[in-house]
This record gives sequence, structure tokens and C-alpha cells, in this order.
Amino acid sequence: MNAYMAYKVSTRTTLPMFRNRTFSVWRRFSDFLGLYEKLSVKHSLNGCIIPPPPEKSVVGMTKVKVGKDDSSSADFVERRRHLLPLLYSDFACTLPRAVGTHTLSGAGFLKMINRASDAVSKMTIKISDSDAWFDNKLQEVESEELQLRKLHAVVDSLVNHRKELCGNTAVFAKSMAMLGNSEDNTALSRALSQLAEVEDKMETLHQEQAASDFFILAELLADYIRLLGAVRGCFEQRMKTWQRWQEAQSTLQKKREVEAKLLWANKPDKLQQAKEEITEWEGKVTQYERDFDRISVTVRKEFLRFEKEKSKDFKSQIVKYLESLLQSQQRHVKFWEAFLPEAKAIA
Amino acid sequence: MYLLWDSWCGVCFQKLANIDLQHTICTFLLYIYIFYITIMTSTIDDSDKEKALSVSVDLNNDTSLLIDIPDALCERDKVKFTVHTKTTLSSFQKPDFSVPRQHEDFIWLHDALVETEDYAGLIIPPAPPKPDFESPREKMHKLGEGEATMTKEEYTKMKQELEAEYLAVFKKTVQVHEVFLQRLSSHPVLSKDRNFQIFLEYDQDLSVRRKNAKETFGSFFKNMVKSADEVIISGIKEVDDFFEQEKTFLLDYSSKIKDSTARAEKMTRSHKNIADDYIHISSTLSSVSVDDNTALKKHFEKLSDLFEKLRKVEGRVASDQELKLTELLRYYMRDIQAAKDLLYRRARTLADYENSNKALGKARLKSKDVAAAEEQQQQCLQRFNKLSESGKRELTSFKGRRVVAFRKNLIEMAELEIKHAKNNMSLLQDCIELFKSS
Repeated sequence: MNAYMAYKVSTRTTLPMFRNRTFSVWRRFSDFLGLYEKLSVKHSLNGCIIPPPPEKSVVGMTKVKVGKDDSSSADFVERRRHLLPLLYSDFACTLPRAVGTHTLSGAGFLKMINRASDAVSKMTIKISDSDAWFDNKLQEVESEELQLRKLHAVVDSLVNHRKELCGNTAVFAKSMAMLGNSEDNTALSRALSQLAEVEDKMETLHQEQAASDFFILAELLADYIRLLGAVRGCFEQRMKTWQRWQEAQSTLQKKREVEAKLLWANKPDKLQQAKEEITEWEGKVTQYERDFDRISVTVRKEFLRFEKEKSKDFKSQIVKYLESLLQSQQRHVKFWEAFLPEAKAIA
Repeated sequence: MYLLWDSWCGVCFQKLANIDLQHTICTFLLYIYIFYITIMTSTIDDSDKEKALSVSVDLNNDTSLLIDIPDALCERDKVKFTVHTKTTLSSFQKPDFSVPRQHEDFIWLHDALVETEDYAGLIIPPAPPKPDFESPREKMHKLGEGEATMTKEEYTKMKQELEAEYLAVFKKTVQVHEVFLQRLSSHPVLSKDRNFQIFLEYDQDLSVRRKNAKETFGSFFKNMVKSADEVIISGIKEVDDFFEQEKTFLLDYSSKIKDSTARAEKMTRSHKNIADDYIHISSTLSSVSVDDNTALKKHFEKLSDLFEKLRKVEGRVASDQELKLTELLRYYMRDIQAAKDLLYRRARTLADYENSNKALGKARLKSKDVAAAEEQQQQCLQRFNKLSESGKRELTSFKGRRVVAFRKNLIEMAELEIKHAKNNMSLLQDCIELFKSS
């Protein structure tokens, strides 16, 4: 099973860090994953929002490898092709020329374990934040994610029904054509065949509409559900930083107690060691506090930027979707207006 | 509506003959414009009024006997129709009267007509199908089960949709029963039938005259015997070209139209599903917008509004398609079955005639009962000729009727599709502008 899909990534830039103005490279899915991993490691500790990569569907991959010429595999490829550019467009960072590839199985397993431990730690920490802003925003994010999930499910069902309508219209068109053939009145027979053709055209329209329902609307929602997950991850990172700071503080406290005890017990050599540890931990506490402040600032900035981007994105995608609906209705009108004189010509 | 077009055309061409070219073109364009407005307004009127099930045209034109079903009651499973008759004929006791009737009474009338020997040469209008509330009932069930997962307003909207569907089924069944009676009243022979008169007039419950259980059982056997007979009869050589053609045509057409009807039903149902989905999308969007505090809040509200309006249009598309296309196909599927029944009856008499011929031949050989056999043969021949004659008439008029009905419905359906699509377009355009400007 050595076959894989490679995607051509073309970039046009004015950023000085690149050697050329325009260039393109070939990347495969594991490359995207690797990029995500590297960036998460580097930036998520600072509180940046890293957009998650699309899910790798093993089933889809094997289907393509077997070489089945399914509409479903074509679908899957379309989705991939559509989703991967979003990952790039979301941030302007250094694009490393060679990215370490990861096999999914190893990384995925690790991720699962990490996620489990995260869930446990989430349950035990409750950040006592003087800044209510973060709490509110986290709640908002969580409820929005829920709503978008619901909306996504409904849009999915719309896509399915439209595909159904497509199939039913095609079948109906065929049966209409047969009926037109067996009709003995010539004008009516011609009209019925024309009706069959119109319904055929409607089927194409419905198919295109289902595709735009899916690619524009459903995928927009799915994307933002994933992004909101990443936003939550950011908040969690901040929480972890806070926890680290608190732990450092409590360790410092313990060290101080140890020092006090030693002072009282009067053991000068151990005392020296204790004092060194205290200084060390004092340093850590200050550093962690600074880290925490820094990450709070970054998270706040990132979140506001994210919201602005989201508004813009949603608006433009919605307009695109509505325009596709409008176009399909225009063609609707054209097809039926072409049919009308045929129907009137029946004698 | 096409009558209007004819008259406008006539006026136009008259004008053309009298005036010079420039003036002519202006006038012609003016008439086209006026015609367009008339068409648009009359289309709006048509669809805002009761959607007339116009699968059969030229009914209820004869003022000597006017029948309609002005209202009906739905009690649980049963529908009670009020059949209202207005007549100038002396054979009725009163000039204006109404009686309550149930669906089973219509079936009784239909079967009584089918069993009348004298009408063997006529196409008996097909019996109206039983009122079928199965699909809205199923939906109501599902709605009840899913109530917990929906918001209050979503639930109300779904309920409204459901009620509209119930109402649509109800209206459809009323009209189908009405058309049945109107076809009878406009037929020169069937309108004078005694049973028909009783049906219209008898002001007590008809159930005493209806089939009891034993008789329905008997009719089941009759149907089985009939299908066995049909096989035997199709083996008989047809003497008349016209009927031979008709037979091939009707057999072929009947199977195709059955197929088309089933497919059209599926298609209409898919449209309805999409309209329902729009409801869900609209209400989910409105709940998203309630929680949202960003600039997107207004956008989500607008979008939710739009989907609410779109789903109304989509629902109309589905129901118009149902009425104009699916109902048309359904009705003619049944009508073609009635025409096939006529052919069957005629073929039966042909078989009888041939049998009587053989019997006559045998009698002549044995020189016994020749006179009786001869008379039998004459009778059979007479019956056969009578059926052939009236059959030919009925089938020709049936052809014409079918073509006219198809034409009317296809035109109306095309016009409604255009209207709804244009509606959609204007809704979408408005929303897009709102989005782009804000």
C-alpha cells in the first residue's frame, strides 16, 4: 500500500522571508499533519490558535487505493482538496520547506492518550480567575460549538435529501421519456419528452445545489466546529500555565517551610541548600507568573482576531452560498420558460 | 387562460390588418404586455383560490344537472361529504338539495354502474381512491416522538406544516370525489342512471343498499375470474384494426403511467423533505443568533428569516407539483384502467359471439335446436356490435379528453414553477443585498 495522494500547493506572497514571489510544491496529507504538529508544539504554548487539519479518513484512503471509481471517493478527494488550503490561509507563518512526516498511527495513538489525560486534569482544575472575561468567553465558545454542531447536522440532512431528490428526479425523467414514447398523440408525445429533458436538467441543478450545500455551508460549519475546538485548547493551555504557576507557588511555600524548620533545628549545611532551592523556586514562580500573564494577553489578542476573522469568513461564505442558490433558481426559470411553449403547443 | 390568449391574438391580428407597420408593432407589444399581466394575475388568483383539480375539463357545464361538494367533515378515519345538487330536470323531486355521503357510498355507486349490463360499452369513470391520511399521520407520530429535541417555535412550525399537509390531503380527496360525480353528470347516458339518482337524492343512510360482507367476498372472486379470462381473451383474434391498436396502446401506456406515477410521488416527497429541512435550519439559525454576541448576530437572524421564507416557497413547489403532475398521472392511471375494462368487456362479447357461432355450427350438424342457437348467435352479434360502436366513441373522446387535461396541467405546472423560482430569486437577491451592504 504505497500509493498516496499528493496535492499541489501554490503560494503567492510579498513576505520578505521567502526567496521567490510565487512558487508551488507538492505535499501529501502527512505533510500537512506534520506541519500542524510542529506549529502546535511551537506556538500553542504561547496561546496561539492553531487551526486543526482535516480528519484523515482511513476508509476513504483505502477505497481510493483499491481504485474504485466511486462517486464517494471523488467526493472524498474533493473534500480534501477543499479543506487543506484553509489550513494555510489561516495564518502567515514561516513555511518550512521540508516538513517531518508522521505516520498517523503513532501520532494518533499518542494524541488519544494525551486527550484522555487532559480530560482528567480538566475535571480536577478549576481556575480561580480574577478576570471574568476568560470564563465568559470560554462559555460562549462552548455553547457556540454546540449550536454549530446542531446546525451542521441539519445541513447534513439537507444535503442528503437533496441528493435523494436528485436521484428521484433522474428516475422520474427516464419514466417520463418512456411515457412520451408510448403516447400516440404526437404533440403530447413531444411535450412529454421535453418534460423529461427539463427534469433531467433539474436533476443536474439539484446535484450542483447539493454540492454547494455541502462544500460551502456544511464544510464551513464543520471547519468552525474544529476551530472552536482549537480555541478551547488555547484556553486550556492558559489554564495549564496557571496551574504550573500555582504548583510552583505551593512548592516554594513548602521549601520555605522546610527552611523555617531547618532554621529552628539549626542545621547550617542543609540550610544553605534550602536557601538555594528557595531562590531557584522563587525565580520559577516569577517566571511562571510572567508566562501566565503573557499567555493571557496572547490568548485575548488571538481570540479577538479569531472573532473578527470568523465574522468576515462566515459573511463571505454565506453570500457565496446564497449566490449559488440564486444562480440555480435563475437557471430553473430558464428551463421552465423554455418548456412552456412546448406545453402550449399541445393540440 | 388559453382562451384569453386566443381572443387577444384575434384582436391583435385584426388590428394588424388595418394599421401601418410602426403602429402595429407598438400595439402588438402593448397587447403582449397586457396579456402578460393578465396571465400573471390570473395565475396568482388561481393558486390563491382553491387549487382546482383539473384533471378533467369540460365538466359541470350543463346547467340541467350541477353537482358539487361544498364541504366535508373529517371524523377520525371517516370523511363525510356533503353532496349538493342543483337541477332543472323533472326526474328529481326537488330543484336544489344536499345529502351526506361517505366514501363507501361512492364505491357502491361505481360498482353498481360497472355491473349494469347496459353500460358495458361505456368507460365508467374510475372510483375515487379511499381518503389516505397515512402519510401525515406518520409524520405526526414522528413529530410527537421528536418533540423533546426541538425548540418551541420549531415545533409550532412543524405542526403548522403538518396541519397544512392534512388540509391538502383533505382537499384532494374532496376534489377527487367531486370530479367522479361531475363526470357522471356530464355523461349523456350515465347521468340518467337510476342508481345515480338514488345516490344524489336518497336522504337516508345508503348503507342498507351497500354491499354486505358476502357480496364483497363474491366480488373478490369475480376479479380473479376476470383476470383469468383476460388471459384467454387476449388470445382471441381481433377483427377491428381500431381496437387492435387501442389494445396495444392502452396496455403499454398503462404500465408506463403506473411507473411514472410512482416515481413522481417519490420526487414530490423529496421536495417536501427539503422544505422540512429548511424549517430546522431556520430555527437552529435563530437560536444561534440569540446566543451570539458578535457582528454575526444580525446576519444569522437575517439568514434564519430567509430560510423561513424559502421553505414556504419550497413547500408550495412540492404541493403544486403534487397537484399538477402527480395527481394528473394518478388520475389517468385509473382512467386508463377503466378504458382497459371496457376493452375487456367488449372482448368478452366477441368471445361469446365466437362461442355461439361454434354452437350454431354444431347444432346445424346435429340438426337440433338450430333456431335457438341462431337466436343466441344473433343476440351475441348484436351485443358485440353495440359494444364496439359505443366503445369506439368512448375511446376517441377519452383520447381527446386526456390530451386536453395533460396540456392544461403541464402549462399550469410550468407557469407555477416559473413563478416560484422567480419568487425565490427575489428573496435571495434581497438577502444578498442586505448582507453586502451591512
